[in-house]
Amino acid sequence: MIEIELDGKKVSVAEGSMVMHAADAAGSYIPHFCYHKKLSIAANCRMCLVDIEKMPKPMPACATPATNGMIVRSRSDKAVKAQRSVMEFLLINHPLDCPICDQGGECQLQDLAVGYGGSASRYSEEKRVVFHKDVGPLISMEEMTRCIHCTRCVRFGQEVAGVMELGMIHRGEHSEITTLAGRTIDSELSGNMIDICPVGALTSKPFRYSARTWELSRRQSVSPHDSVGANLVVQVKAGKVMRVVPLENEDVNECWIADRDRFSYEALNSDSRLTQPMIKQGGAWVAVDWTTALAYVADGLQRVKSEFGAAGIGAVGHASSTVEELHLLARLVRGLGSENIDHRTRHADFGNAAPAGRARWLGTSIASLSTLDRAFVVGAFLRKDHPLLAQRLRQAVRHGAQLMSLHAVHDDWAMPVAARLTAAPASWPAQLADVAAAVAKARGVPAPLPADPGPQAQGVAAALLSGARKAILLGNAAAQHPQASQLLALASWIGEHTGASVGYLGESGNSVGAQLVAALPGAGGLHAGQMLQQPMKALILLHTEPALDGADAAATGRALAGAGLVVALTPFKDAAAEVADVMLPIAPFTETAGTFVNAEGRVQSVHGVVKPLGETRPAWKVLRVLGNLLGLAGFDHETADDVRAEALGDLAALPTRLDNRAAVAPALLPPAGGGLQRVADVPIYAVDSLVRRAASLQRTADAREPVVGLPSALWQQMGMQAGGRVLVSQGAAAVVLPAREEPLLADGAVRIAAGHPATAALGAMFGAVSVEKV
Amino acid sequence: MIDLSKFQATGRETCFHGRHIDAQIYAGLDGRNWRLQDYVARGGYSALKKILGIGSQEQAEGAAGMTPDQVIAEVKLSALRGRGGAGFPTGLKWSFMPRQFPGPKYLVCNSDEGEPGTCKDRDLLAYNPHIVIEGMAIAAYAMGVKTGYNYIHGEIFEIYERFEEALEEARAAGFLGERILGSDFSFQLHAFHGFGAYICGEETALLESLEGKKGQPRFKPPFPASFGLYGKPTTINNTETFAAVPWIINHGGQAYLECGKPNNGGTKIFSVVGDVERPGNFEIPLGTPFSTLLELAGGVRGGRALKAVIPGGSSAPVLTAKTMMDITMDYDAIAKAGSMLGSGAVIVMDETRCMVRSLLRLSYFYQHESCGQCTPCREGTGWLWRLVDRIEHGKGRAEDLDLLDSVADNIKGRTICALGDAAAMPVQGMLKHFRDEFAYHVEHKTCMVGARVAV
Repeated sequence: MIEIELDGKKVSVAEGSMVMHAADAAGSYIPHFCYHKKLSIAANCRMCLVDIEKMPKPMPACATPATNGMIVRSRSDKAVKAQRSVMEFLLINHPLDCPICDQGGECQLQDLAVGYGGSASRYSEEKRVVFHKDVGPLISMEEMTRCIHCTRCVRFGQEVAGVMELGMIHRGEHSEITTLAGRTIDSELSGNMIDICPVGALTSKPFRYSARTWELSRRQSVSPHDSVGANLVVQVKAGKVMRVVPLENEDVNECWIADRDRFSYEALNSDSRLTQPMIKQGGAWVAVDWTTALAYVADGLQRVKSEFGAAGIGAVGHASSTVEELHLLARLVRGLGSENIDHRTRHADFGNAAPAGRARWLGTSIASLSTLDRAFVVGAFLRKDHPLLAQRLRQAVRHGAQLMSLHAVHDDWAMPVAARLTAAPASWPAQLADVAAAVAKARGVPAPLPADPGPQAQGVAAALLSGARKAILLGNAAAQHPQASQLLALASWIGEHTGASVGYLGESGNSVGAQLVAALPGAGGLHAGQMLQQPMKALILLHTEPALDGADAAATGRALAGAGLVVALTPFKDAAAEVADVMLPIAPFTETAGTFVNAEGRVQSVHGVVKPLGETRPAWKVLRVLGNLLGLAGFDHETADDVRAEALGDLAALPTRLDNRAAVAPALLPPAGGGLQRVADVPIYAVDSLVRRAASLQRTADAREPVVGLPSALWQQMGMQAGGRVLVSQGAAAVVLPAREEPLLADGAVRIAAGHPATAALGAMFGAVSVEKV
Repeated sequence: MIDLSKFQATGRETCFHGRHIDAQIYAGLDGRNWRLQDYVARGGYSALKKILGIGSQEQAEGAAGMTPDQVIAEVKLSALRGRGGAGFPTGLKWSFMPRQFPGPKYLVCNSDEGEPGTCKDRDLLAYNPHIVIEGMAIAAYAMGVKTGYNYIHGEIFEIYERFEEALEEARAAGFLGERILGSDFSFQLHAFHGFGAYICGEETALLESLEGKKGQPRFKPPFPASFGLYGKPTTINNTETFAAVPWIINHGGQAYLECGKPNNGGTKIFSVVGDVERPGNFEIPLGTPFSTLLELAGGVRGGRALKAVIPGGSSAPVLTAKTMMDITMDYDAIAKAGSMLGSGAVIVMDETRCMVRSLLRLSYFYQHESCGQCTPCREGTGWLWRLVDRIEHGKGRAEDLDLLDSVADNIKGRTICALGDAAAMPVQGMLKHFRDEFAYHVEHKTCMVGARVAV
């Protein structure tokens, strides 16, 4: 530790710290713009100039290493004179029109100008004008004249998002921040640049000029879109969500959120919200009151039960639903005497479940991902499925970690990947068996399965056998894989013999919570695959869009067409309108109290931040009343807290319920069949009903219509040309889609996105597929 | 083949005038004798052989040679100071290099000669490139470096081409490459050309540019000696500094020191430009009176009276004729007079020069060349230029002079690199010595000198 004196106060900081870090440690503020604790030091704004004894010139606090006994004065005449002069320079070309600036009231420059700026400008020359730029639907660069060239956005792109989409071109006072040749900003983390921009240069395009910061009340929430459970500050005006920004939580999302966490709120205010209960009569939707709707549902369920037996009733809840919702849904189904309840809508191997009462999880803490030495990612569309976990791994890689991937296709993860194993999904178990055999050979232990590992598998094994902190991370495709159990069994073997943790990156905001509350079929119960692929007599859908959330969209379409009573609990009127008989308007995450358990098992409860829209009600209340109407016991909860307490039990015991032990032992693999296999990603802005209706997100590059990816050999064999289209068939299901060559796609695999209307007529996500040139 | 005609001596303007004093670097050059054979005929590469212990034919094979420490000690003794502008003692800089650092270390020659008024390195590289190669090889030996780069200004592309040709000659003759002249010492030297940005002459901006990035200075610390090119220990010297080294090794540090004056060893090339009869490069011992240098350059043009001199390139504060005629040309004397020796560009101004107009040109240059990275320079250089521009064009206000001084003061010492200081110092120097001219412009909306000359 080093001790320095800052403004008369003794401060201790770690060796290698800068004066700015000492100020942070001491809780005293040195004015700054370009410095940001998560970004590299640029020292270009010069606002943090301080007076350091024995140094002739004022020095930037952010870039001056603290040395033992150093005496720093941040408020001496010399320091303040320097700071004031810098402020004057910053303001000479900056518009002095805060009242009409969108950043007004939450602007670092404005705040500091109050303290360090003059009351009148000494600058009477012409001011600089910087032309505006259009960089896509999320970030507004309409007022680049306001830019103070701190380069935070540039450094964020390079260092955190991993892709340099913004840069500073030209020189001197002609310097300007821009994208290369007018391109758009497409990073899935781009919105963070709005937060870190200290002035009104980068602002939120969907939000700008819709409210002033002081009109907004700030409420805490948690993002349901992915397994991180990013902490949010939801900003509300007149009962309406106006904006979402990150709530800093170093253990979870640090100070970042993904764009879908930030901009999905637009769906909350969209026209497609369902605002009153509706019953389908004679093929037409009729709005009814809650009493009528709930009586109709209760009556219907009882009738099905008496006519066909409870086994004809089932429920599917989306894994982004809250703990309370899923718990009461499971309880309701079980109260009716059925074990048909599930949340794993995209799975194919339902045998891969933790023992009852336990849950598959990340296998390590989220924060630990940033400091890994080795990470072996199996079957993950890492960057788009898990933007913030990818960011953590990116930091690890920046500090020397080796990242390895097994997948059918290698998308750009915006970080160096040390080794890539490429194979069609059916061969993933064999690939893992190769790695395991290489580990076995190196360790001198028997291999779990006979295999003859090639140099690449040996390379992955060697990497995993070195380094101290390591993890094997199974992605969504590994969880949704037809041989998910085998993948886990082999990954576990490798983990055990290399000291790597093994876990699932996590599919949705509450995947762990759903398992903990047993939203899973009990003995003799039907799993989600069965309920969505065979007609049920009665099916309750919670936050689920059957056509888009299932593993086999074509089969789901057929099954639901032949289903009996379909009750859709959904915030959106178009989510299940075609298949449902009753639609009950339930609250999205912002309008209900609820709890999410993230990938690392962290329990995060939120309050509703706004009142439910129209006749919308929190789903836990709807299910509670439905339980009463059905005469079921134990539906007498008064608050969401009551439900949570019952659902999760002793929170202190929760960590012991996280369990990734494989359900099966590694087994001999069936020979991979010939033919092509589909590999399906779920596009980042198609993962749940909220993001699908967020207008601005739907205008981004990531939301473009899916394009079929064909491996180079197949592309050439089919004689495809750029811009060509193919007929894709899975059994009877077929669609025509545009295609492109994907050189990094495994031979024998065809990439076709799921979760998107354009591919909703197709079959299984990892099923057999054939393609024809059209 | 390079078209040699464009390098031919045309007489007065460069370095073939023979009007040097005790020339070491420019000695014996005629514009045609730049090749390896000519350099060797002049005694070239003998210093490299000397340190490597490779005797000439008369001497026994395996002569003692010099250790790296001995080379550095000799350079320290010589009081050689950086010829690029800052005047930092070269031997001391070399001793900062962590010689035992494992992994690559780099040696970089700063030939990004961009300081207005300066043209010495251009001639040096064009007409005596091997002296730089030899100097760099000796430096590399002294610091245990295996790779070097010569970063050559982008606007003198022919010089880059010539240097490449000289490198080929040196490689072919075994003066560069693996196991130089059969010794254990290996050194690879490469030429690199910039694209003409002034800021790339700043050593850390040069490194950024050399790495293929936008040329913007880095903040220091860390200094290049610990975190330089590609993050590795790096020593950067000016072209002329390297060129001085072979003479020091051949004749000893003491002889070099004695050639100049204490703390200011050796000869220095001055680029005398502006209102003189014979502008050009003049190599003279440090400590030579300015009046002598002016005489070498043929005196003030047209026999006019000397008004002012910027003694060290455009970044240096201007000095009046009276001051200049009393001082000697060396680092300490010029610093004492309130300016700096800088790069050695001596900008001579006669009585017909308007100081406001002169400053306008300089201020325009700095606002044009500011990299834009840090606030005071990006915003301040433009402000200075606009203020001077208004004054020059008859739109000045009485308060502008104080404002000009204050803005310059606010830039100075607060920027990442020295460009801010370089922009501020000429302004403050001009205001200090010629405030009346500026005041006249403000008051009369016209030029004092113009009015006077017209009369």
